[in-house]
Amino acid sequence: MSLNFDLIMPFIFILVKIAIVIGVTMLHVMYCTYFERKVIGHMQVRLGPMRVGPHGLLQPLADGLKLFFKEDIIPTESDKAVFKLAPIIFTFAAMSSLAVIPFYNGFVVANINIGLLYILAMSSLGAYGVVMAGWSSNSKFSFLGGLRSSAQVISYEVAMGMSLIGVMLLAGSLNLSEIVKAQQQHWYGMYLIPQCVGYFVFLTAAFAETNRTPFDLPEAESELVAGYFVEYSGFRFALYFVSEYIGMIVMSSMAVVCFWGGWTLPPFITNAIPALLLIPGLIIFLAKVYFHIFLFYWVRATVPRYRYDQLMALGWKVLLPLALINIVVTSIVKFLVA
Amino acid sequence: MNPIVPGSYIPTQYLPVLIFMIIAFAFGLVTLMIGTFFRLKRSYREKLTPYESGNPPIGEPRQQFNVRFYIIAMLFVIFDVEAVFMYPWALVYDKIGVYALTEMLLFIGVLVVGYVYAWKKEAFEWD
Repeated sequence: MSLNFDLIMPFIFILVKIAIVIGVTMLHVMYCTYFERKVIGHMQVRLGPMRVGPHGLLQPLADGLKLFFKEDIIPTESDKAVFKLAPIIFTFAAMSSLAVIPFYNGFVVANINIGLLYILAMSSLGAYGVVMAGWSSNSKFSFLGGLRSSAQVISYEVAMGMSLIGVMLLAGSLNLSEIVKAQQQHWYGMYLIPQCVGYFVFLTAAFAETNRTPFDLPEAESELVAGYFVEYSGFRFALYFVSEYIGMIVMSSMAVVCFWGGWTLPPFITNAIPALLLIPGLIIFLAKVYFHIFLFYWVRATVPRYRYDQLMALGWKVLLPLALINIVVTSIVKFLVA
Repeated sequence: MNPIVPGSYIPTQYLPVLIFMIIAFAFGLVTLMIGTFFRLKRSYREKLTPYESGNPPIGEPRQQFNVRFYIIAMLFVIFDVEAVFMYPWALVYDKIGVYALTEMLLFIGVLVVGYVYAWKKEAFEWD
């Protein structure tokens, strides 16, 4: 046997980790769609899905199977190669971000020192999926949807990138695990408190980046039907759908890691009630992520859609100056304190 | 001896990222390929025309569009590059101290001048 186990074991270890992360995320995506319908249903005094299984619990499975067996329609006038590639790139961009997210102490697929930069890079790659879909479909609705979406995504990416500089200043690292550990050094235990402006800018930009209400103009169903993926059907549509939810989970995880202290609780709480230290880190992390995902649904059920000029004005005239002021104030305060 | 063994020239910590990327790319590709064995194929000409609310499509879909989109793209390039300049600065801020602070205040000052200019030129307006 020339097979070297020392060589192969790390690979198997990595593959198992990746399988766990992707499997758990896909399960979360399935039930995110279910809970979105349930939460919004109850907020609108309806019941939401009730027919498939007890309380509609099997609804996401039924939806998935239905989409899997649906006919795959590729319009004759579309640019076929690009049309086929676009959803794969979109899924790729959304899913790859999961590689650097620390779910609890020590559990991360790739503990690289540029984790934050990597996630920002991957979320920008998602724009390619949108532009390619909008352009290649050769349909008016998807063309306009793709244009709107790309302009929106790049506008809010500036604000998002700048809102995280405050966190980088305080933590002095781009490694997501290091950022969590740096937050534990302070009594408040989460950057939400010194970086509340940054958090506000980040969260607003995250809503826009994931095309969620109130910034879901790319898929404004009353005017653009479904925006850039009108022409997609069956499983190609499902890939867009799944990736948007993965994007939502990634953005929530980023908010939790950068502003909410990740898998840890603030020291001033754990000092008061030491029993809380017994809670596994994963549960704390997931609870924080679920809160953010709930926030996405809550906002969707509450806030009406923005107009396009309002959307652009908010991104460039409110969030960008706020993020810049946040950087200046954070750096001055840090200099004076240190 | 082994070409894959962690050497000084292979950034091994990035290996999981590469594997993850390959799997993420394969995920969409493979599920779509498996699907081809189960999907129906009953298409006809009308079904394959672009969707325009049930009417036959009129005219060329790729039309002229608002020049504002180009301006937004240019602004994005400018401001995103500024943001990228700030990342390394934020990481070494502790080590450089007052020099880093004044330098970045000057940099942001220049940025704000450009920002005010763009605002006055109505680059952020949509009418």
